[in-house]
Amino acid sequence: MELTESKTSNVRFAGLGGMGVIKASDIFADIVFRLGHEVKKAEVHGMSQRGGSVQSDVRFGAMVHSPMIPEGECDFLVVLDPTQVEVVRGGLRPGGVLLTPADIAVAKLATAKALNVAMLGRLSRHFDFPETVWRESLRANFAAKLHAANDIAFALGRG
Amino acid sequence: MPHSQDQSGRLLLSGNEAVALAARHCGVALGTGYPGTPSTEILENFSAFGGKAQWAPNEKVAAEVALGAAFARARVLVTMKHVGLNVAADVLFTMTYSGVDGGYVLVVADDPGMASSQNEQDSRRYAEAAVAPMFEPANSQEAYDLLRVAFDVSERWKIPVLFRMTTRVSHSKSPVKPRFPVGTDLAATATGAAAPEFVRNIAGRVMVPGHARPAHRRLRAKMAELEAWNEAEGPTLHERRSEELGVIVAGISYHHVREAAPDASVLKLGMTYPLPLRTIRNFAESVGRCVVIEENDPWLVTACRAAGMLVEAKDDAIFRFGELSVERVRRILARDGRPEPAAPRGKPPELCGGCPHRSSFEVLKELDCIVAGDIGCYSLAALPPLAAMDMLIDMGAAVGMGLGLRHVLPRDQAKRVVSVIGDSTFLHGGLPGLVEMAYNPPETGHVLIILDNGTTAMTGQQEHPGTGRQLDGAGTYRVSYEDMARAAGVKNVVTLNPIREKARLKEVLVAALQADELTVIIARSPCILAAGRIVAWEKEQKIRVEAGEEPATLPACECGGQCAG
Repeated sequence: MELTESKTSNVRFAGLGGMGVIKASDIFADIVFRLGHEVKKAEVHGMSQRGGSVQSDVRFGAMVHSPMIPEGECDFLVVLDPTQVEVVRGGLRPGGVLLTPADIAVAKLATAKALNVAMLGRLSRHFDFPETVWRESLRANFAAKLHAANDIAFALGRG
Repeated sequence: MPHSQDQSGRLLLSGNEAVALAARHCGVALGTGYPGTPSTEILENFSAFGGKAQWAPNEKVAAEVALGAAFARARVLVTMKHVGLNVAADVLFTMTYSGVDGGYVLVVADDPGMASSQNEQDSRRYAEAAVAPMFEPANSQEAYDLLRVAFDVSERWKIPVLFRMTTRVSHSKSPVKPRFPVGTDLAATATGAAAPEFVRNIAGRVMVPGHARPAHRRLRAKMAELEAWNEAEGPTLHERRSEELGVIVAGISYHHVREAAPDASVLKLGMTYPLPLRTIRNFAESVGRCVVIEENDPWLVTACRAAGMLVEAKDDAIFRFGELSVERVRRILARDGRPEPAAPRGKPPELCGGCPHRSSFEVLKELDCIVAGDIGCYSLAALPPLAAMDMLIDMGAAVGMGLGLRHVLPRDQAKRVVSVIGDSTFLHGGLPGLVEMAYNPPETGHVLIILDNGTTAMTGQQEHPGTGRQLDGAGTYRVSYEDMARAAGVKNVVTLNPIREKARLKEVLVAALQADELTVIIARSPCILAAGRIVAWEKEQKIRVEAGEEPATLPACECGGQCAG
């Protein structure tokens, strides 16, 4: 995706509580922040932790106003659970990119826990950010014992 | 999560993290509160940043502990969710009279739209009713900066200050440029905080009528001064753009407005009580059309109109409910009264697989009990397929509501009534209900079930006085529900594990419902999300005891912690 100075980029992560939706959005926000963008991130905690629908928005660019993406203005919709695709599809702008687990070889994942990292890998294809920045942020945000598995999951998504 | 820095030394922080860091950088001596979404992470982060933070049994106690510290000149931070301020309202309404000596900031986090709350009450009404200055940040940088202003105001006017966050400000992340790097040794940094010392002031702090009458006059005089200060040098932002359209706004709505109407002139208030009415009037008169944009209650617009200003309000038939967003602000400004598109229905939350509450409520459902319930994860038992909770109102209400039902229902129905409450909620607001149960027992007796999962699970597994650990995980005294029930006068006290002893739970409950006596059942089994941590802690204590050392806390009950493992 081509980033222009004036436009705010909108990436929404969605799925179910416990899948690492918020973690994925935290890492993506961290990456764009490390790269020097203005960034805001919005999510709702609470009842959503117990297996319910979860969404987390990351907005970045030269200037970001509201932390919440207006409906129908998502450039990217990263959906971790197939059952949630129809629930959140309306958030996507015309021509926006929908990414779901069907876009990666899920069967090759060593653990379903790493799906969020694999989806970040899939998302990374759409940005010309240095791969090292993605990997550095993943390492900074997970315990050391998970680094090797995350590297594999990220590579699986990035392809 | 570690905090990355950008090249200009900024950190990407949530509003709650920003308040926590600001509190540390303001030299706050003590942070106290009770967990409640969306406020919980403030004290957790304050502790992580090196501050002294503790969970109180409830918000009233937290506010009172902080008041004592502030009487001794210490800077204090108190945190709670909006409904927590109802519990702390008693102390709030009179500590504004007495005033404080050290800076006192009470953070109250409102939840417009009720992401995780039982109502969407608007805390701005408390500022006006209790006569406390109120600040409202719009983002994390403002949360960081305004907290310092709040402490300055609190100490200059010797008055407790309310700091209103909302869900989106608390839980959104945005960049913050702190005044000191994270981890700065603040003992060596001048924060301006005074050294604690007791100075007697009976007339100022003993609020008997003879002292409270002049205190009320002093308080109103302080407010007049504060209003003048807010006019002259308050944290108000005036952005002059269009002469046609002007918007008056505070908090997160400011950002929605900037996006929805980039050409509008904006008056953004940082201190919303007492209001800078002269500044607001000048702004309103400077634009052709002036609209007040605010979430929930029409509080700000009512104040403007009471002062004689011609300002436009949102359509409260639609927009009083739920939080605002860019789309909704666009609609308000376009006077678009058409019904809003319904949000797609997501998957509702449910009790975790293997949750001990699930087992307890399956038994209650099987016995067709009338369940007076309470607030916590187990509130989810009210939803299908369990649908096994009949009422939920406020923290601790399970006990009182159950007793009330027992007092008036016909005998056959009264015998089915059970009060069900979680461990943290019981200690928060259920204890006086337990005393009431023994003091005014219904003719049919009563059954109270305390669901002890060893943590404040709903808000993210915080410690409480029943866990034997403090906020930072250090060992401390563990209160015994069994002993408290007996001390209150309840003869039948049974502790069991609702998963491993589900059949026994049913037997005990059937017997208790049949007897015209008082029974307290403690259903003890750890929250499955916290179980690993709890079991590891119990093992560590066991090893200590076997080595002849003192355990860091008392065993959970007569079973020696067996039932928790």
